[in-house]
Amino acid sequence: MKPVLFRLMPLCCILGLGFIFWRGLALDPRDLPSMLMDKPLPSFSLPLLNQEKDFLTRDSLQGQVSLLNIFASWCTSCAEEQDFLLQLAKKGVPIYGISYKDVPSNANQWLLAYGNPYTKIALDKEGLTAIDLGVYGTPETFLIDKRGRVRFRYAGVLNEQVWQEVFLPKWQALEKSA
Amino acid sequence: MKTKYIAAHYCREANSLAKMIKLMGQFLKPFIFSLSIFLNSFAYASTFYPLETQRQEAQFAHLLKNLRCLVCQNQDLSDSNASLAKDLRNQVYNLVKENHSDAEITHYLTSRYGDFILFKPPVKEITLFLWFGPILFLMVGCFIFWRLSYRKKK
Repeated sequence: MKPVLFRLMPLCCILGLGFIFWRGLALDPRDLPSMLMDKPLPSFSLPLLNQEKDFLTRDSLQGQVSLLNIFASWCTSCAEEQDFLLQLAKKGVPIYGISYKDVPSNANQWLLAYGNPYTKIALDKEGLTAIDLGVYGTPETFLIDKRGRVRFRYAGVLNEQVWQEVFLPKWQALEKSA
Repeated sequence: MKTKYIAAHYCREANSLAKMIKLMGQFLKPFIFSLSIFLNSFAYASTFYPLETQRQEAQFAHLLKNLRCLVCQNQDLSDSNASLAKDLRNQVYNLVKENHSDAEITHYLTSRYGDFILFKPPVKEITLFLWFGPILFLMVGCFIFWRLSYRKKK
């Protein structure tokens, strides 16, 4: 190695490390990958809102592409996405809701105020199913394929932009597949 | 003459510094004592989560210290007040009570929330650079040092 090149080595090291750290600043620590990615949903059985003798299980989600949305009446950002979810429901997207750590009466009131886009709503009072799903904050939305596997998980408010950029391409591909 | 003066000066400095630390220590003693009571999460863990054996209590306390709260990400599960942290604390408590091993409990959590829930990342293909990068950089540094200082003499 030439001496000049050799003397530049520490500088290159520092620049390289600096680049890595600089890129690291752009990473979002809240954007965690789901452990269920491409895996079947864990088995669960949750009573439905207002008809507690019926249950939502992972088999209820099979045979169609659907969304599984975790929401709560105490969660302020959940209200933000409700408007868009209503639009999706109108377009015929089946959305299953899990009411996370909530009181049924509060959930009912909240649905009256912000609208109900859900095909079915299940109650997870203890939040244990949510732990099995790896939920770390509401709202969260899972994209479920026809065989009941998780194909994507989005943590945060689902809006038009996220739907167009992330969900829609995956949705269309899944609709075509068996 | 000059060095002697400087040495004496430093001696005096050091002496007064030691005195100051001693004085501060006397002042802070009651504070440090009460702080140690407040920060004793072990005591906290055992009053709210009664366990049968000391071994289980130690296991519970040590697991919580090494698990991240995913809501307030720089807090561990033992001192976070987020509702998810409470739920996870309960889950860990139940698993400890049922005599599960550390490995089983960490697997329960990482299979749901990923390695991010552990403060100490496991050695895996993806974390190899993280774990052994510093050694690599040290070796590069040593090599540069050797090239610059020793080889010139030849």
